[in-house]
Amino acid sequence: MNKKTIFISVTGILLLAFVLAAAIYKNFQGASGGRNQSVVERQSAPVKGPDEAKVTIVEFFDPACGTCADFYPLVKQLIDQYPGKVRVMMRYAPLHTGSDEVVKMLEAAHLQGKFFPALELLFNNQQRWIVNHVSQPTRARGILNGMALDHEKMATDMNSPDVSQAVQQDVADGQALNVKATPDFFVNGKPLPSFGYQQLSQLVKNAVEDSY
Amino acid sequence: MNYTDTDPSNPATWSLFFAAWVLVTVSTLGSLFFSEVMGVPVCVLCWYQRIAMYPLVLILAIGLLPFDPKVLRYSAAFTGLGWLIALFHVLLVAGIIPESARPCVQGIPCSETHIALLGFLNIPTLSLLTFTAIGILLFYANRMESS
Repeated sequence: MNKKTIFISVTGILLLAFVLAAAIYKNFQGASGGRNQSVVERQSAPVKGPDEAKVTIVEFFDPACGTCADFYPLVKQLIDQYPGKVRVMMRYAPLHTGSDEVVKMLEAAHLQGKFFPALELLFNNQQRWIVNHVSQPTRARGILNGMALDHEKMATDMNSPDVSQAVQQDVADGQALNVKATPDFFVNGKPLPSFGYQQLSQLVKNAVEDSY
Repeated sequence: MNYTDTDPSNPATWSLFFAAWVLVTVSTLGSLFFSEVMGVPVCVLCWYQRIAMYPLVLILAIGLLPFDPKVLRYSAAFTGLGWLIALFHVLLVAGIIPESARPCVQGIPCSETHIALLGFLNIPTLSLLTFTAIGILLFYANRMESS
């Protein structure tokens, strides 16, 4: 056998092994789907959509993540598309440096029932409080100062044990669920087969068909 | 295509280079498996090692068919660089290099490891072992070719 033949056969074998291993791994991952609901959801987490909805999208997000901001209107659209049937629960995954402080502000706003307005404000002004992918909590706070909020209460709540416990719970559950990038979605506990709006929308459609 | 199979002065040299190529190709596919299939995040130091590792797949392949002894010069430079970065990374994970010398700032700390094969083989250690093995193979290939 000449060298060229050896070389080409070995290349073929290696590539084949890679593709097979990837397929086996994906298959194995898919089989372990349907996660423990108590890890996926947190009762007191901010929720948009009706409480009685049988389909819950859980989104792990970072306020500094550009893709999360892009997905936000799309997720809202899914709630509107199935009126009364779908709700979204937002959970913190502060992966960017500095974001851990910013999510505490959001949780503090949540205690005043202003989570979603605060989130929208931060998403719409990302370029004003994120510098080179690093969150600047002081700047984020400056933006939130423009909101109608009890700012004194917010300042106290931000550093309260309840708020940091909520954030820590989300971070711990995110790790347990292998959340390594944001946004990460779970629809009634099921993870996306692969990342993308189409996949999310399909998963929600299936969940609605199964539940109603 | 006009393909001429030039032979190295010692036939074992080709096999050594070939073994090095198989090693880098397996490592390249392995690292892509970790990041693309398993979704393990890639830190900055891992990227630097990839920058040294991935080109070797092509450089060694081109040097093998037809055989070109100069491939040693090119591949040795990448191997040496990769080895140094891998060593730095292993020392960082082991905690021997202090926190302040840490070059990673964005979200994924390099001192965090995700995979532990047989309980102790994490990705930076695998990388260091691979670069060491390539270095040894290239060293012997060079000795055979020049003797």
